[in-house]
Amino acid sequence: MAKRDYISLLIFALLILCFPVFVQDNYILTVTIFAAINSLVALGLTILMGYAGQISLGQAGFYGIGAYISAILSLNFGLPVVFSMFLSVIVSALISILLAIPALRLKGHYLAVATLGFGEIIYVILNEWGPGGPSGFGDIPQFSFLGYTMSTLTEYFYLSWFFVGLCMIFSMNLINSMAGKALKSIHDSETASVCIGINVSKLKIKVFVLSAIFASLAGCIYAHFVTFLSPSTFSLHYSILVLMMVIIGGMRSLWGAVVGALIITFLPEALRGFKEYDILVYGIVLTLSLLFLRNGIVPLIEDLFRKKA
Amino acid sequence: MILQMKNIHKSFGGIKSLSEVTINVAEGNIHSLIGPNGAGKTTLINIISGIETADEGEIYFKSVLINKKPPHERAKKGIGRTFQHIDVFGEMSVLENIMVGFYPKKEKSFIKYALNLPDVRKNKKEILEKSKEILNYINLYERRDILAKNLPVGEQRILEIGRALAIEPSLLLLDEPAAGLNMRETRELGKLITKLRDERGITIFLIEHDMDLIMKISDKITVLNFGRVIAEGNPLEIQKNDEVIKAYIGEEE
Repeated sequence: MAKRDYISLLIFALLILCFPVFVQDNYILTVTIFAAINSLVALGLTILMGYAGQISLGQAGFYGIGAYISAILSLNFGLPVVFSMFLSVIVSALISILLAIPALRLKGHYLAVATLGFGEIIYVILNEWGPGGPSGFGDIPQFSFLGYTMSTLTEYFYLSWFFVGLCMIFSMNLINSMAGKALKSIHDSETASVCIGINVSKLKIKVFVLSAIFASLAGCIYAHFVTFLSPSTFSLHYSILVLMMVIIGGMRSLWGAVVGALIITFLPEALRGFKEYDILVYGIVLTLSLLFLRNGIVPLIEDLFRKKA
Repeated sequence: MILQMKNIHKSFGGIKSLSEVTINVAEGNIHSLIGPNGAGKTTLINIISGIETADEGEIYFKSVLINKKPPHERAKKGIGRTFQHIDVFGEMSVLENIMVGFYPKKEKSFIKYALNLPDVRKNKKEILEKSKEILNYINLYERRDILAKNLPVGEQRILEIGRALAIEPSLLLLDEPAAGLNMRETRELGKLITKLRDERGITIFLIEHDMDLIMKISDKITVLNFGRVIAEGNPLEIQKNDEVIKAYIGEEE
């Protein structure tokens, strides 16, 4: 990791540690936990889109698989939550490999449509065969670790943001490693990458799996935090929201995923007054950011700092 | 013979691009492929590097049939190349362009990269040193932190050669390396190519239109016209060959 990565992680850790001390509003804490969960999904998509140049509109699918499998394993089979989460992430990873092998032969819009199709299939499966069907199911065990069950918002706040920090460190390491350079090279030119010996399809599959792992982990945390699941959470709408987080935050910035997630998660709360017109505001925000903030918010802020320094 | 092409055929939608092309490239040679535009030269290089597949015929690299091998495996076996339309990794620095060339041979598992384990760090350091060595060798060390897309064309072409060197090739395919270069740059390029042969023992198979360069550095020349080999020999033989003169200038009335 570079020096500025350490600094940013340190600032991040301080902010997270202090936040619940100063903010005790339950409502804001809850929204911030959702923002952390969304950050995880967005982080996976940032690496996939921003660094490997592959579009996915199916992240809600992995998010849903992660949530449902961990919930069912812990609720119906009595598995300890840590174990059910672990298994759930493994299963999601395996499913993502099966999807990636045929799907990543496609490029651009075709890949987007293929992953969109996958997300919809998962949504339909959850609707038809998921416990409780469209109305969902509850009583999912809360997160517990070594016999201790988490129940307060502050605990979930730390838990969810701990996972964000952890995944952020992994992602930074990856992006700064030789594998990160190989990913960038694929983004710039697949032909040239192949001609220096990079197994492009294998690398793409690996990143795809990584993004699925992050999304399913987020789903697990969601399930054991909310303790109630219904399919509507995991519809195409969610995949598009994640896409917006990535674009608004900055596709080529890992912190962009977190910033984008925070904005998009808090936006509907700020837009309560608009009622059903909120989707319109989403549209405007996305359009404006595509027009005026091509690289997203975080790179813009970085540029401002650089100019000052 | 490091590279043997036997009876290569290739058509695009009924138009024959290459027919009955048989060329042998001897180890340690600078072997040039010349011919008028549309003669099928780039297609042949694409077939050797595996970006395109031949309809018929065989390609042997170090006596191993490589027809069915995907391009990335051919690169790993030691076939490097550059592109007629420059294809550097524009958004990466000059140094990174070289470094990434070392990645495939020294690839580690994703988990190791994510955990930044000591051997991954050591591996990166080695790659960094080797890359700097290459940059020094091709005289681009001063430019190491510039984004590749911001380099002038001449240096981008040299960078492509540097990137190909990172795969530690025994055969280097150069597709019009002098295109867009001025006279001084072309002279430097010629020196670099001969240096690669003499100092590193790399066999060069190149396409070029710059006849001065070709005649000066080639050990052997093959002439392609309308997808067929019409002549082969050393520079002197080629200059005197009637078929070649006909292909380039046209027949005497």
